[in-house]
Amino acid sequence: MDWQAFGLSIRLAATVSAILLVLAVPLAYWLSVTRFRGRFLVESVVSLPLVLPPTVLGFYVLVALGARSPLGRWWTQWTGHGLAFTFEGLVIASLLYSLPFAVQPLAAAFAQLDPTLRDASAVLGASPWRTFLRITMPLSLEGFLAALVLTFAHTIGEFGIVLMVGGNLPGITRTVSIAIYDDVQALRYDEARATAFVLLLLSFLLLAAVYGIRRRPWAASPLA
Amino acid sequence: MTLTARIVKRVSPSFSIDVDFRASGGITILFGASGSGKSTILRCIAGLMTPDAGRITLDDTVLYDHDARVNAPPRHRRVGMVFQHLALFPHLTVAANIDYGLSGVPAAERDRRRTETAGMFGIDGFLDRKPDRLSGGERQRVALARTLVTEPSLLLLDEPLTALDFDIQSRIIDDLRRWNQQRRIPVLYVTHSHREVYALGEQVVVVGHGRVLATGVPHAVLEHPTHPLVASLAGFENLLPGQVLARDEVGGTMHVRVGTSGPELEVPIADVPGGSWVTIGIRAGDILIASEPPHGLSALNIIEASLTASRREGPTIVAEMVTATGTRLVVHVTPRAFERLGLHSGGRVWLAVKTYSCRVARNDTIRGELS
Repeated sequence: MDWQAFGLSIRLAATVSAILLVLAVPLAYWLSVTRFRGRFLVESVVSLPLVLPPTVLGFYVLVALGARSPLGRWWTQWTGHGLAFTFEGLVIASLLYSLPFAVQPLAAAFAQLDPTLRDASAVLGASPWRTFLRITMPLSLEGFLAALVLTFAHTIGEFGIVLMVGGNLPGITRTVSIAIYDDVQALRYDEARATAFVLLLLSFLLLAAVYGIRRRPWAASPLA
Repeated sequence: MTLTARIVKRVSPSFSIDVDFRASGGITILFGASGSGKSTILRCIAGLMTPDAGRITLDDTVLYDHDARVNAPPRHRRVGMVFQHLALFPHLTVAANIDYGLSGVPAAERDRRRTETAGMFGIDGFLDRKPDRLSGGERQRVALARTLVTEPSLLLLDEPLTALDFDIQSRIIDDLRRWNQQRRIPVLYVTHSHREVYALGEQVVVVGHGRVLATGVPHAVLEHPTHPLVASLAGFENLLPGQVLARDEVGGTMHVRVGTSGPELEVPIADVPGGSWVTIGIRAGDILIASEPPHGLSALNIIEASLTASRREGPTIVAEMVTATGTRLVVHVTPRAFERLGLHSGGRVWLAVKTYSCRVARNDTIRGELS
């Protein structure tokens, strides 16, 4: 079994989950409270990775990260090397790819919260930020957990976009799903079988954790 | 403390609010049917909603002024609000709910205020419980305590007691009155039940279709409604549109024809010209029923009708009557009287109504109101 690939996948998934949780919270909150008429357009863009073939997304990311794009040029000037076929490039691509898996559970959790709880908090003297920390967040813990686990599991399992953006460099961009592909190509079925089984088990355990916790829902409102 | 509120707010293309009223220390009832705009008015005062125009002040403090571009956020208004569904924080204990509005207060002072307010509202026995383990009445008390512990300068209550039985309701109101005895802050109490207006209010502001229809002390406003909508809110079961036929200035009465061809009624004189349309309000309990044509009676309005239906509502029988010309009337009688008269569906009756049991409301109080 390719433990190096496993370690890399977990490092990638953890990095992406951590960054996404910070990025997705304001976006999800905005989506759940805004009266902006173009909200559906933003929702569609956020959800694109759900339906787009990973190769299509990967292609665009590759172009955007490349030496000819403004982002790629800026990155090269700043760090001295390009973004494509690096771990950083993989992180950026995965952020986009896993965005809906973080935003959707959070937005759903925020939207099902009784809005008069926020009103009550405001009238009791709390700033919007304090209302978020003391009311919205604790009452949406389930959404936070779902977002975290789904993002993590989804990032671990991605394949097409990694191949497009990261290639197959051991220890740098060779994630566990690429390793399985490699093993099969080289007819190393025993290796592939073991890795695939560990991945299957991990995914199942993560999902079981999410659904297990969901079985005891928060009493969001005593009157609901 | 006196609240002055002028609020203009377009809620939808077909509904807008345009009100102007004052509320000084003590309980002022904001009274109106559901959908009349009461809650929107409260939300504008609390700062949860921004009016399109107007000005809201609390003594010298300007909370909102459209022209001067003042719009204080809710947290700076010192306005307490108890929501219809209370909005207790479900993940916090009663104590933490009460402490929520005291975040800037030193711990010792916070403990003192929590203990004092909890004692006053009888909730000190379950400070460590979460809201889902409280009864309806206990939840109301917690919501009230959570708001009052912040010492607001104005209290807004959005039908918070409607779901409770009358006993618990009046005990909570007694506690609130006691709390407010020294402070004398204005309390704006929203309700659509006219019983609550009588029981609680020192002043009443009647709201209908987003406008103020009447203001004053409850008894004067509700017993002598000057507007048909107020009459219906005040529990006048019979509202009969009619036309003034003749005025008798000396006798202090006037004659009104109900509908275009209905019975003619003698009613107290009102400041309306002959020929104009008015609405006559008669309480169902103020109508006498006779099983044969009555004579030797002081009541001058005798209407012949027949019983169409009757049903029991608590201790009373609600009898529905219709005249030969199609005017419908609701009459309340006791079951014993109903039996004694031998009333039955289709039976002929004579209804007697005293002149002073008829209230006259002008139809033109507000343009296009009852067309």
